[in-house]
Amino acid sequence: MNSKIMELNKVEVWDGNMAATQAMRQADIDVVAAYPITPSTPVVENYATFHANGYIDGEFVMVESEHAAMSGCVGAAAAGGRVATATSSQGLALMVEVLYQASGMRLPMVLNIVNRALASPLNVNGDHSDLYLTRDSGWISLCTFSPQEVYDMNLCAFKIGEHMDVRLPVIVNQDGFLSSHTAQNIYPLQDKEACDFVGEYKPLNAMLDFSRPVTHGVQTEEDWHFEHKAKQHDALMNSTKVIAEVFAEFEKLSGRKYNFVESYKMEDAEIAIVVLGTTYESAQLAVDKMREEGIKAGVVAIRVFRPFPLKEVSDMLQNVKAVACMDRSAPGGSVGALYNEISGALFNSPARPLLSNIIYGLGGRDMTIGVLCDIYRDLDAEAKAGKLNGSIQRFVGVRGPELKYYKV
Amino acid sequence: MSKSIHDMGWDELVLGAAVHSFKEEIDYNPSQVLPENRDYAETNSKYKYVGDWRVFKPVWNTDLCIHCQFCWLYCPDTSILSREKKMIGFDYDHCKGCGICQEVCPTNPKSIIMFTEQTEEEEALNQWPEKKGSK
Ligand code: SF4
Ligand code: SF4
Repeated sequence: MNSKIMELNKVEVWDGNMAATQAMRQADIDVVAAYPITPSTPVVENYATFHANGYIDGEFVMVESEHAAMSGCVGAAAAGGRVATATSSQGLALMVEVLYQASGMRLPMVLNIVNRALASPLNVNGDHSDLYLTRDSGWISLCTFSPQEVYDMNLCAFKIGEHMDVRLPVIVNQDGFLSSHTAQNIYPLQDKEACDFVGEYKPLNAMLDFSRPVTHGVQTEEDWHFEHKAKQHDALMNSTKVIAEVFAEFEKLSGRKYNFVESYKMEDAEIAIVVLGTTYESAQLAVDKMREEGIKAGVVAIRVFRPFPLKEVSDMLQNVKAVACMDRSAPGGSVGALYNEISGALFNSPARPLLSNIIYGLGGRDMTIGVLCDIYRDLDAEAKAGKLNGSIQRFVGVRGPELKYYKV
Repeated sequence: MSKSIHDMGWDELVLGAAVHSFKEEIDYNPSQVLPENRDYAETNSKYKYVGDWRVFKPVWNTDLCIHCQFCWLYCPDTSILSREKKMIGFDYDHCKGCGICQEVCPTNPKSIIMFTEQTEEEEALNQWPEKKGSK
């Protein structure tokens, strides 16, 4: 634990960025190497302030780019320390090369991604194009829908990634501005409680262990590369066991329960949307409105994006008639990522709901409760008609003529 | 690591492709122990032959060498073999043929000269140039 303790109130008012920084401070990190970028800048700024004011015993390294930030993290993790950083959008894009190094080298660390659109055109607001950019990077990817969850998932992330059966880096996603700059009531743990929960860092094959000199970041060609990638995938797939354990332990400590897939009113839902991020909270209000209109709506949100909870999400959608998979990212010439994941999840199950793909909210375009209600009404009409209304994919909330693809 | 890496499946490998230098934990400072006395692991690059990356190879003329150790100091691949401060030859399994040893050799003529890989040592020594500026 850091030598200087910060007394926290039972309820604090923090935005998502401060929530991330406070969890990082409490986690007693050895090295944070970071480069600021909107909207995650305050994570780095807050951390530097805590460091300057003596609340952090570890090192804070200012670097010249995000590529260097992640490289610094990789070096520090390989040396045998607990490591974390934060970024967004273009910064993440610059980091991508090193993300694959971190996961392939099996170095636990925590990366806060405050989700923001990828240029061009340049845009600082929230969408999930950077989240999707990390899809195949081999990191565990946790999604949050509010500042409280950002705080909670950060604490869990260290514990999950550092577990000896996992040893993988972990991303904690939050929506740019909608979560990162929205101050809400947060129920934090006190420093000791949080630090004890995260636990002591256990190094593995540390470069600073001079009794066991080791090389990290080696080259393997066709002779060993496949085996190492297999081993890495196996660790990622089997991390579900540790994730479940950590969520259970966190619930005992905080009273807050987390699941691989979160849902609202899905028990008797006939139509549903599947979302990521803060849209989950807005959708719950839309679901309540729909229920007043007699429409049995529900919403499903993915908490653990990687490893993808294929079975859990499929189980949750077995009794619905129509599902819209909502992707907040430009799909780049295909259906959105969530649509792909969900149809893959359902294909080997008995359920055959109508499955559509909605592209929405790019570059921070608002997704209001009113628009969500319209989406539910359209889904309801499709469910009653027993067929999709003309196409699999459509854009919602874009100005100009209607955009629809993949006619059915 | 008693089992050879060649008999291992994905599940048995060291995670992250981390490569340990020695078979066991060591309680000595390796810089104080000669390479031939170190207990290298099977996966150590010592046992990895990369000599075929080379196009030109360094040839050493023992008659001219003054054992100044410049080549040993500058070789980026630790491929100059030296004992008791005397050069004894090259590690052709790891030398990449960069020519730095020839470049830094201070004698006149050079005590190390680069020849094409297929040149026999005797043939190379027969072609050795005269001292520059003589005659
Ligand atoms: S050619 Fe280069 S690698 Fe080979 S011994 Fe000389 S300096 Fe070393
Ligand atoms: S640099 Fe030349 S003279 Fe000096 S040790 Fe090497 S070969 Fe001999």
